Amino acid sequence: MTGMPILSIIIFFPLVGAFLLLFIPRQRDFAIKSTALFFSVIEFFLSLPLFFLFDDTKKGMQFVEKRSWFPEWGINYFLGIDGISLLLILLTTFLTVLCVLCSWNDIKIKVKEYYVSFLFLETAMIGTLCALDLVLFYIFWELMLVPMYLLIGVWGGPRRIYAALKFFLYTMAGSVLMLLAIFVLYYLYFKEKGVFTFNVLELYHAHVPISLQYILFSAFALSFAIKVPMFPFHTWLPDAHTEAPTAGSVILAGVLLKMGTYGFLRFAIPLFPKAAFDAVPLISILAIIGIIYGAIVSMMQPDLKRLIAFSSVSHLGYVMLGMFAFNMQGVEGSIYQMLNHGISTGGLFLLVGMIYERRHTRMISDFGGLSSVMPVYAIFFMIVTLSSIALPGTNGFVGEFLILLGAFKAKKLYGILGATGVILGAVYMLWMFQRVMFGVIKHEENRQLKDLCGREVFILSCIVFFIVFMGVYPKVFFKKMDVTVHEFLNFVKERNAYYASTEDPQKLSSIIKLRGER
Amino acid sequence: MSEYIWLIPCFPAVGFLINGLLGKKLPKAVVSWVGCLSVFFSFVCSAVLFFELLRLAPEARIIEKDVFDWIVSGEFVTRVGFRIDPLSIVMCLVVSGVGFLIHVYSVGYMHDDPGYSRYFTYLNLFVFMMLILVTANNLLLMFVGWEGVGLCSYLLIGFWFEKDSASNAGKKAFIVNRIGDYGFLVGIFLLFVSLGTKGVWTLNFSELERNANLLSESLTALITLLFFIGATGKSAQIPLYVWLPDAMEGPTPVSALIHAATMVTAGVYMIARLNFLYSMAPEIMFIVALVGVLTAMFAASIGFAQYDIKRVLAYSTISQLGYMFVGVGVGAYAAGIFHLMTHAFFKALLFLGAGSVMHALAGELDMRKMGGLKKYLPTTHWTFLVACLAIAGIPGLSGFFSKDEILWKAFLFPHAGVLIYIIGLVTAGMTAFYMFRLLFNTFYGKERLDEEVKHHVHESPKVMTIPLIILAILSIVGGYVGIPHALGGGAHFEKFLEPVFRGVSQKADYHHSLVVEIGLMVLSVIVALIGIYVAYVYFLKKPDLSEKFVKKHEKLYKTVHNKYFVDEIYGFLFVDNLLRVGRFLKNVIDEAIIDGIVNGLGYFMRGLGGILRFLQSGYVQAYAFSMIVGAIVVVGYLLVKVIP
Repeated sequence: MTGMPILSIIIFFPLVGAFLLLFIPRQRDFAIKSTALFFSVIEFFLSLPLFFLFDDTKKGMQFVEKRSWFPEWGINYFLGIDGISLLLILLTTFLTVLCVLCSWNDIKIKVKEYYVSFLFLETAMIGTLCALDLVLFYIFWELMLVPMYLLIGVWGGPRRIYAALKFFLYTMAGSVLMLLAIFVLYYLYFKEKGVFTFNVLELYHAHVPISLQYILFSAFALSFAIKVPMFPFHTWLPDAHTEAPTAGSVILAGVLLKMGTYGFLRFAIPLFPKAAFDAVPLISILAIIGIIYGAIVSMMQPDLKRLIAFSSVSHLGYVMLGMFAFNMQGVEGSIYQMLNHGISTGGLFLLVGMIYERRHTRMISDFGGLSSVMPVYAIFFMIVTLSSIALPGTNGFVGEFLILLGAFKAKKLYGILGATGVILGAVYMLWMFQRVMFGVIKHEENRQLKDLCGREVFILSCIVFFIVFMGVYPKVFFKKMDVTVHEFLNFVKERNAYYASTEDPQKLSSIIKLRGER
Repeated sequence: MSEYIWLIPCFPAVGFLINGLLGKKLPKAVVSWVGCLSVFFSFVCSAVLFFELLRLAPEARIIEKDVFDWIVSGEFVTRVGFRIDPLSIVMCLVVSGVGFLIHVYSVGYMHDDPGYSRYFTYLNLFVFMMLILVTANNLLLMFVGWEGVGLCSYLLIGFWFEKDSASNAGKKAFIVNRIGDYGFLVGIFLLFVSLGTKGVWTLNFSELERNANLLSESLTALITLLFFIGATGKSAQIPLYVWLPDAMEGPTPVSALIHAATMVTAGVYMIARLNFLYSMAPEIMFIVALVGVLTAMFAASIGFAQYDIKRVLAYSTISQLGYMFVGVGVGAYAAGIFHLMTHAFFKALLFLGAGSVMHALAGELDMRKMGGLKKYLPTTHWTFLVACLAIAGIPGLSGFFSKDEILWKAFLFPHAGVLIYIIGLVTAGMTAFYMFRLLFNTFYGKERLDEEVKHHVHESPKVMTIPLIILAILSIVGGYVGIPHALGGGAHFEKFLEPVFRGVSQKADYHHSLVVEIGLMVLSVIVALIGIYVAYVYFLKKPDLSEKFVKKHEKLYKTVHNKYFVDEIYGFLFVDNLLRVGRFLKNVIDEAIIDGIVNGLGYFMRGLGGILRFLQSGYVQAYAFSMIVGAIVVVGYLLVKVIP
């Protein structure tokens, strides 16, 4: 298997599907949908071997592919994954299948273009996760914007143009700053070592003067923080989520937001470790504000999708808090929480989409008492809700617990403040659940609602399977990322100490000690 | 068998899955059998293990078994593992035993409910979670059970979800419990990290016990206080007791099992389990005992002025839980657990009896519309009477032994023990009073039934009365396992639990204070009899006396009847303010300020665009392109000028 360019295959296979879709006449709805489904399912099965072939005892990147592209500028087609990107790729291919399935009856106009965009988006997302060359990464990163912009702008709700434009410009503004920073870093490395390269693994070892590090880190961090989104850069998210079609919301929450957090782990932190460590108080406090603020604002939302969007702000706050704890529990919990959030928030958007398809409203006040007419739906909704409020035994608990433990270990106050989200999470989710599902039916239209069909039960069963499996036996996933995270932490700590020593020569001894410990 | 201790929680889990996945399609009889038998098998397993433990030497009575790795991250390693020792086996027997009886009773009680299979699914899930809680060998798995039972409580309180009061009560229970759980969670963090900095990374009970001495005194105090906050939530103590009375919205057998006999005692169990930590923090133990005794008295006083029979029982439960906390708080862990067990018998019996009354009266709960039920419901009546005698502490019944044991140990407690004793003693009299008020109003005196109801009054079917009878027998003889030395007994219960509380239990010198001990017993019996007599005079002999009393002290009565307005105060302080903050954050901060700035920036740009109209094409691509061009220009500038 080593000779096969497996990552390239996985990246471009959906694109092949998108290309083929172009040749199917647009009247043949069913053929278009089944082709898209076929490609997304095969793609999922193609990505599974990654999981099993990934050697969880080995350090560094695996399945590496490297071809020179513009050698004179040091630009390479350079791919590779570690334990972090591995899990996110699997999440992407998994959620894409569910997204294609849940769009089956939802999308009625421009069906062909819709699935072309979706498969195109999948290529861009996986490419972003595999790219180890900054130019390649940036290309994929920007490529993600286009199909997502279309998904919101063409197939979205009434305010879709506003939401799409806001999404596009906001993210774009961040990316441009990142691009600037990339070029500066590139030039800096050339000045230092005399070689042009965009290879991020080599750039990790660049010496970036500390004052410049702050600027470059800020540029990267801003771009990623918008994507995450961190408080106070979150206001594009509720609009984008509310207007996007169901599948768009699922993939946006499930994968696209993770690109921000992934960007921190892969680029912002290891490239500028000193700045990252110095930013710990700022980021942690913003993360905690995000957790609490997201929860409280979520509580007050009258619209289901907006409510879930703000709950994402809260959940992603946990991810950032754990990551910047810089210890095993925090970082691993943070990565796990990325997956959890994809599963459970993705699940929530799917669930809302299902009643939206039936009732064409997302207002909480238009529902009430659904449990009595849709008992099967009620069970799934309950389980996903519990996962979202991190009940022990579900996936959410494992992530949140480790994050809070890690944060507490790093600084007690962070853990104590962050943990208040545990209470608030229960408040807004259970209140929402009560208003939608419990009580007597107040609106006559709701009395005739049909319970879930087989396709919907299948989609939600997949979600529930992972909610329980990841909650009860998380070891399978942790094993894959243990070595990577360990290596990551050692690397950034060592680099941080190195930079600190350049400020103060006496600290050099501490690095030597740190090396000795390993 | 010891290899298979995980079977104890496993059976109800299987029952949960069968009824949960197939329940709708299965016939009712199968659902009932699956539901009841799964719990019965757990009981049999527990009994077998109990006898196996007895065969071992007292110090060797710990069986531990790790099943699989759960969360492993760096130094943090938690396994799914179980532990059987005298403490957990007592809990297993109570949970599965009483649980089984209540399952059987439910077959009759819930017979006509459309949610029959859903009910048994939840109930089995509850037993599963409760057994996880008591058999877990580490704090995190215990926390799984801890929150898991909270979930079941939520689901079962809101079982009749179409009723707003029921779904509100369920939500309230969950959220108030979560507030307590927050304390529990932070307690886990602090314990884990503090021990970790000493080089021991563990949450396993045995290892914690071995290394507890590494912790400083102040840290231990903080940790135990945090855990106690968790306990006040789950076990309904001041200040987090408010959810339990509302929990009575659930079906009555649920109140019996979850909100009286088992789940609410989890806090007591947890403190007993962590006795090695609590014993290192005497101040916190004092707080535990004090909160316990104050709760006991406070809740008992509210019980005076309630007419809803289930509400009276709910406040009585809060009050009795207070006694258990006094027990563990003064270091008499065995006495606390003893009372936990006897209380499980007689309080389950009281609730099931109340359920039987409701069953007979088409769901009536108001005791003002009862009276004279004795002749219609003979079995319910005599079993209820037994339970009342037991809870009042009449000699010969189980409650007498366990409650007196706690009061006696409180009396010996060096920190303000006498004060705690006196409050406890007064509360005992109050308990006897409100319980017999309930008994007399329900079963004796004038019939105040609605005419319509009167025609249908009937004793419950056998499937409901047999569990009542068994529980009545247990309420009598359940105390005989723990007759104190002072009365010539062997204190077997205490001895059995001793290895768990080795070296931390309060040591009392039995012979020295024999006279005092017996004297105090006599005193508490007298207090109880006075309570009963007053109730007799006020509610049976001269019922107009109580009416006159109410009229004379109307304000006081209203305050007590309205539970001292605590719900209203909490609602004003916490709920209203949270909503106020929420509205402010959403409308002002989020929508007006933050998003306002973002949009303002957009409009500003558009305005700029208006000036530079010739550049504006309206295509996003063009904007993007110009952004990139701009970026490259800036980079070029930086490269040339800024970086040397």
